[in-house]
Amino acid sequence: MGMTMTQKILAAHAGLKTVKAGQFIEAELDIVLANDITGPVAIKEFQKMGAESVFDKNKVVLVPDHFTPNKDIKAAEQCKMMREFAVDQKIENYFEVGEMGIEHALLPEKGIVVAGDAVIGADSHTCTYGALGAFATGIGSTDMAAGMARGKAWFKVPSAIKFELIGKPTKWVSGKDVILHIIGMIGVDGALYQSMEFMGPGLKNLSMDDRFTMANMAIEAGAKNGIFLVDDKTMEYMKEHKNKNKAFKKKMKVYEPDKDAVYVETYVIDLSKIRPTVAFPHLPENTRTIDDVGEIRIDQVVIGSCTNGRMEDMKVTAKILKGKKVAKNMRLIIFPGTQNIYLECVKNGYAEIFVKAGAVFSTPTCGPCLGGHMGILAAGERAVATTNRNFVGRMGHVESEIYLASPAVAAASAIAGKIFNPEDL
Amino acid sequence: MGIVFKYGENVDTDVIIPARHLSTSVPAELAKHCMEDIDAEFVNQVKEGDIIVAGKNFGCGSSREHAPIAIKAAGVSCVIAPTFARIFYRNSFNTGLPILECEEAAVKIQAGDEVEVNFKTGEIRNTTKGETYQAEPFPEFISKIIACDGLVNYVKNNL
Ligand code: SF4
Repeated sequence: MGMTMTQKILAAHAGLKTVKAGQFIEAELDIVLANDITGPVAIKEFQKMGAESVFDKNKVVLVPDHFTPNKDIKAAEQCKMMREFAVDQKIENYFEVGEMGIEHALLPEKGIVVAGDAVIGADSHTCTYGALGAFATGIGSTDMAAGMARGKAWFKVPSAIKFELIGKPTKWVSGKDVILHIIGMIGVDGALYQSMEFMGPGLKNLSMDDRFTMANMAIEAGAKNGIFLVDDKTMEYMKEHKNKNKAFKKKMKVYEPDKDAVYVETYVIDLSKIRPTVAFPHLPENTRTIDDVGEIRIDQVVIGSCTNGRMEDMKVTAKILKGKKVAKNMRLIIFPGTQNIYLECVKNGYAEIFVKAGAVFSTPTCGPCLGGHMGILAAGERAVATTNRNFVGRMGHVESEIYLASPAVAAASAIAGKIFNPEDL
Repeated sequence: MGIVFKYGENVDTDVIIPARHLSTSVPAELAKHCMEDIDAEFVNQVKEGDIIVAGKNFGCGSSREHAPIAIKAAGVSCVIAPTFARIFYRNSFNTGLPILECEEAAVKIQAGDEVEVNFKTGEIRNTTKGETYQAEPFPEFISKIIACDGLVNYVKNNL
């Protein structure tokens, strides 16, 4: 019986010839990741386990991104603890505020994850790296601690759903619209315990940034991981983003699903038919196309996060905002994924376009995405966000509302003061 | 034996423990805010041993282990649902919060019912209604982790 792409990577990391869905395995890990919320808990568990040193100082990655720059004293204490651990354990891949980024934008950019890797991260959106053809999944702090100590994690081998992509998206449609469309179709538990594997001739019409956005939201369909077939674009991206640290040698490996791989279900997605899509409160599955949105007045627009804080997202935002002003009494907050993206925005004039349009251009941080800081909503307020979750209270007050959309829809909405179709600008 | 608190489908980690309280990882502190965004009265009413019964996909959302930790520290002895989000599922076993998958129990048990759970057999008894439901027993691998009282000890023994 053939194996899926995910199953092949897991088999290789478990030292097995074959694995099948439902089997429990223990796999070797290439990267173990945590942030300033999950890291401190993991470090405490690590110590309780009686571990003294991490399994490999090059393979543990710590990124303070959620409540940084430290939003309050408690956050400062948590970051301090993580920093001290990083210094003590000589962890190379610890990124201080000035060189950091939102973890899932940062790791691919720095070449820390490559095709064929097995990655666990104490953050649910670790699945983002599936865009590179890696197996990557979110776990909790105790799993993270065990991973740091032993370089291994237990997994139940997942079955998989295949997404066969065909066609080419229209001008204002991006990876965000595609994944929102899919989640709307299969629901927030549509891929529970399963892999979502993306392939097909339409793949070549999706940029790497599109793919990162889509893999990022696999968890929003309940999936264990999302993964993309490796093609020329992936190879080019990895070449461009090779890790510069000599001590940290990375070898990528391309896995492809067997011809007779078993998929529980196959969906054919025609990218040319997808419309700009918005997820209404309070679940990512409550999607409507832009044509059915109606008149929704908004108070705030947030563009950024590990879902849509990459260069292409900044580019489309700048294109729409250029020479325009955000609506009266509208708050537009733009937070890029990494320091590098921030710098690029400054260099090529996007930063100026943002500020002139009346936006706040923030340092990279998770901040508003999880209702941490830098843009909390009051009762009754509505926001359009390019983030990944619109749960009750996610961005602030329990009576606030979040509408998830692409950067193009979000930027157009900021100008219009209501949810707006970029095609109509 | 515990009294049941009942919730709907897709209860997410942001309502179990909102991010604004995540600048601490002290269980007792987290417990004070458990479920507050969907049920402000929960923390005032819950007693040691009580049980949460909910709809499908319980615990969806973030990987924060603070969610099962908050539920456990609030005194809850077990969560029953037809399905759990996968990270929450792992985190619960890893941190020692017992959870059971049982569709029938999740449908038939009502808020306020008195329920008794046998973790060895997976049997759930509703003493208020006089009904019994059978949950899936734990997979063997997970039983090993449970036998070690969570992943910390499991690793300690295998380091
Ligand atoms: S940007 Fe949002 S979703 Fe992404 S890692 Fe940060 S908090 Fe999580």
